[in-house]
Amino acid sequence: MQLTDNDKAMLDGAEGPAVAAAMDLLVRYGQALDAEKLCEVRNVAGTMTQPSPVKAQLVREGGWNRAYSVINLDSDETLEIPDMRVPTCQLQQSFGPDSEGIAPYPKELIELQSDAESFYGRKGVNILATCTPYQVGNIPVRGEHVAWMESSAVVYANSVLGARTNCEGTASTGAASLTGRIPCWGNHHPANRHGSHLIEARTPVEGPLDWGMLGYFAGGLVQDERPVVTGELKQPELLDLKHFGAAAASSGGVEIYHVPGITPEAPTVRAAFGDGPVPEAVPYGARERRAVYEDLNSQGDCADVDFVLLGCPHASLDQVRDTAHLLRGRSLHSGTQLWLMVPRALRTTADRNGWTEVIERAGGRVLTDSCPAMSRSAPPGTKVFATDSAKQAHYLPAILGIEAWFGTLQDCVSAAVTGRWKGELR
Amino acid sequence: MSLRQHDELYGAGGPARPDHRHGTPPGLVPGGREPLVLHGRTVVPGIAEGEALVSQETISGWGGIDPARGVIIERRHELFEQSFAGKILVFPGAKGSSGWSGFFQSTRLLGTAPLAMVFVTTTTKAALGAVVTRVPAVTDLDRDPLTVIRTGDRVRIDAGRGTVSVHPQ
Repeated sequence: MQLTDNDKAMLDGAEGPAVAAAMDLLVRYGQALDAEKLCEVRNVAGTMTQPSPVKAQLVREGGWNRAYSVINLDSDETLEIPDMRVPTCQLQQSFGPDSEGIAPYPKELIELQSDAESFYGRKGVNILATCTPYQVGNIPVRGEHVAWMESSAVVYANSVLGARTNCEGTASTGAASLTGRIPCWGNHHPANRHGSHLIEARTPVEGPLDWGMLGYFAGGLVQDERPVVTGELKQPELLDLKHFGAAAASSGGVEIYHVPGITPEAPTVRAAFGDGPVPEAVPYGARERRAVYEDLNSQGDCADVDFVLLGCPHASLDQVRDTAHLLRGRSLHSGTQLWLMVPRALRTTADRNGWTEVIERAGGRVLTDSCPAMSRSAPPGTKVFATDSAKQAHYLPAILGIEAWFGTLQDCVSAAVTGRWKGELR
Repeated sequence: MSLRQHDELYGAGGPARPDHRHGTPPGLVPGGREPLVLHGRTVVPGIAEGEALVSQETISGWGGIDPARGVIIERRHELFEQSFAGKILVFPGAKGSSGWSGFFQSTRLLGTAPLAMVFVTTTTKAALGAVVTRVPAVTDLDRDPLTVIRTGDRVRIDAGRGTVSVHPQ
């Protein structure tokens, strides 16, 4: 792999041992990828604050310097961590102080995470604490090379914003933060960003439920490749594409997709395929739509719902408002809880608008920073949950050993109020 | 739980248990499959020898494995509840969350890591995962490892040379 003089200087320790360790990791990683070189990044989204048993032990041994050295730089030495070299944000983490008394989650881990926020905040990490940094001010521009992790954020950055990132990990983002470098491979090359499959919707796709199901279909079809979707698509909003991408990155490993006429790198179908041959379209019709719906609802058996989870990926303000409108003047069923996950920055707005109060008066909870899957925590005794997120329906049954129902926001709020799942595909 | 260094974890486990541990003399193969050598590309250099665990399905890290036990936990996965600790993990590639590499790094820190990795499709998840698990790893082999290697086969991997020697069992 070719290194610039500056890369070599960092590797040789000119900027201290932590930067040298970061560059060593990037060189090992770049060689593993067979990358030709590194590229410059000035926007990193990673994770360092979330507690784990391994991290707690490392902090006991040598503080956050040790935790960052071992986990975020893959170093055996405990190194003094300098300030972040380039703008860096913390993605979603574990539950914070606002979950106390609501989520069964250990108080000592909440305190550990708060301690991490203090340490990393001082080092220059922006504690956005959300899987949707693009909802709270971190919006890379088209063509910008960035280093993000979180599969739903990566697919949004590449596809909707036209930024360039691979699906990075904890150590590669940790190293990028201290060097401003990342292997120039994969999605960083324009030639690798063209579509691989054409999917034509022959049934109307409108709203987050349908965009989520189309995403789940697309991911299952293309796996790690790059779907291009056309057909009966209503103009999507941020919310729709948030759910499309998250679902496609759950059923498959989609990191970039194109919606011709909508997403920036695909003004036309031909352009989406790099002006090369356009493959024959795979139809997504009523039958495929029904199959996706039934697949996502195949992990539900008992219609008694004891938990409703909204806000995966973290809710937009539209979703908070819609949830509040549906819950206004109503009360949750005595045996059912409802949690709505939002970025903390948006919760502040929801509080000011009075939406949080409406949701809480009905018995629901607005929580930040995390989600049941990240924190492995749901209301005590949960056996059956309902969600409007294909991603959460995909992952949470395996993580918590519970049944899942998938439907619209209306279906979910109705289940929270009645305690019964009555969702059906309309 | 204590964190152990890489060498302590894997130095002793690397070289060779005898080839004829099940009573099959070297070179004579039950079922008619011949020993063979695959050639590919180095992902992480190093040498390891052990028993193969072959997955035809891609593997998830976050939500897919339990690093504390070194087992696959995805319910619908063909290797559900099987342990990869100390095995040569042969698989098509990584899927799912960007937590993949962090979860496999944890298997190293918790002493449940695979002995080596052989995979088909290079993604950032699989490449970074192999790097931070710090086990020998190869990809881009000249024959499909998922076809010619079977679970239980004895495998020697010299990742620096990009070779995988398979001794069918």
